[in-house]
Amino acid sequence: MATDSTQVLSNPGLLAHKGGYKAMALVALTVILSLGLLANDTRWIYLLVYVWFGVAYGVLLQYGRFCMASAIRDLFAIKVPRMAVGVMIATALFSITAGLVTVSGYSTFHPHPLGWHIIAGGLIFGFGMIFTGGCASGSLYKTGEGNMGSMLVLLSISFSMALFTDLGSWSNNLAPASWAESALDKGMPEVLTVTDGWFDLFTAGYVWNLSGGTVADMVGTGNVWIDVFVGNVLLTAILPSLVILVILYMSTYRKGYIRRNKLESLSLGDEMSGIWAMITTSKNTAIAGLGLGIFAGLQMWATGALREHYEIFNFGELLMKMGYSEGLSIQETVFDPGYWYITTQEAQFGGWVMSLFGRDVTDNIFFGLQNGIPNPLINAPLLMSVGIIVGAAILSLSRREFKWKIPSVETAVFAIVGGALMGIGARLGMGCNVGAFFAAVTNGDLTGWIFLAGMLIGGLLGVKAFNVWLNRKSAGDEFDI
Amino acid sequence: MAIKFDKVSDGQYQLDVSGYVCPHPQMYTKKALQKLQSGDELALIFDNPSSGESIIAMCDTEGDEIFEREEGNGSTTWKIRKG
Repeated sequence: MATDSTQVLSNPGLLAHKGGYKAMALVALTVILSLGLLANDTRWIYLLVYVWFGVAYGVLLQYGRFCMASAIRDLFAIKVPRMAVGVMIATALFSITAGLVTVSGYSTFHPHPLGWHIIAGGLIFGFGMIFTGGCASGSLYKTGEGNMGSMLVLLSISFSMALFTDLGSWSNNLAPASWAESALDKGMPEVLTVTDGWFDLFTAGYVWNLSGGTVADMVGTGNVWIDVFVGNVLLTAILPSLVILVILYMSTYRKGYIRRNKLESLSLGDEMSGIWAMITTSKNTAIAGLGLGIFAGLQMWATGALREHYEIFNFGELLMKMGYSEGLSIQETVFDPGYWYITTQEAQFGGWVMSLFGRDVTDNIFFGLQNGIPNPLINAPLLMSVGIIVGAAILSLSRREFKWKIPSVETAVFAIVGGALMGIGARLGMGCNVGAFFAAVTNGDLTGWIFLAGMLIGGLLGVKAFNVWLNRKSAGDEFDI
Repeated sequence: MAIKFDKVSDGQYQLDVSGYVCPHPQMYTKKALQKLQSGDELALIFDNPSSGESIIAMCDTEGDEIFEREEGNGSTTWKIRKG
């Protein structure tokens, strides 16, 4: 592509357009609300850490247009590796900051149990993601760009997760009898009715019997630096990312690189320059990835330090001290991962709304025992997600990219159906592209790569299904010349 | 709101995917470019910024040239010459 004849309208200064003022107003509003909360009680700082890290993630996601859906879809549908390359670079870079946090002892990461549910969850999530046009984090930043279709995706994910974790007695027979026996053995409080509902049986009768761990644990030399940096950083994140980068280069980028540079035979040096050229075309995504890595590491550190300061293990304890006991789990805890996470808090939102309509979701392990359904206004991780939307809105307004977009009927149907599948996949796989993949592989948890494998298979099937739809539609008069 | 793909004159085409979000713009652009002959020009109108990045990379790989860009107010028009 020649750039010499390319004409780009000059980018005016921040205050030269209305969007710039709106962006500044949004920053000011967030600052004022934060100060108001602190004036009420300084302990809200714990919640504000989530909010402001969310804003930073939102800015970075919008800057790099960081989207796993686009990474997988563009790769399969139009053979463009740009976003996939960016995600791999981000993975390698985030693993380094995550490693530093782990060595410092402030890591809040818990490895995921290993089982078939990871790949099944990834597959369903990946398939749904192709139709919604955004992954879990991508839909958040796109909502911040004014895209109401993405907002619909978020709502669909939220309610499908809440409904899926709250399946009624009719679903009991879908679970093997052994799950019910195993679930009963766990001796859970009766209020949770662990043998009632497929997701409870799945959790207590299947997932709890599985184990997981980090590669650092497996290396186990006793030297925490070696265990973490060789096991988690090098072996689990950097080496696999490099291998995938080489595969992406060979399968997609190399052809165009040879043509553009009129090369006939490639020396190893040419190949290396080609790989570097591929990486630099993903520069914005890579910069976003680096920033996300640094902030995600810092967030773990900040939350860990605050927990130490307030002598708590979980935000629920702090909420109790502050006089808020409603919506906590029976362990008096709430969902409080301490790092970048997307979907569980959305499920909590869905569950909270359902409880407003009289549905008791607290007899489920997911809400009743593990995560609670706090009021959205004091749900710290949910406000992190709101922060992501705000951060993305701030940057897109200042870059004049913000635009209210109302979805067409087709887009809305895709958003709802795809979002529902993403929600089911996320709960089966115990997270989304962030919690189950990105945060996992960068913390030495191999289950993240299994989730990605599932996402790739699901993504490939999704693109095939999407193409069938597209061809049917364009066979009509709409796409004829 | 529908996708509009029109022949403006000989060798000149226009694709309007305004209002559509990922993955539609890039997939329709690919389809449209496949229908064009080498040297034909396509005016692409879209308003989904992230699709733009994918389209740049796609043209880069396929050897198509984006020779004119007009951006602003949330909508973008690019002229692409098929390679």
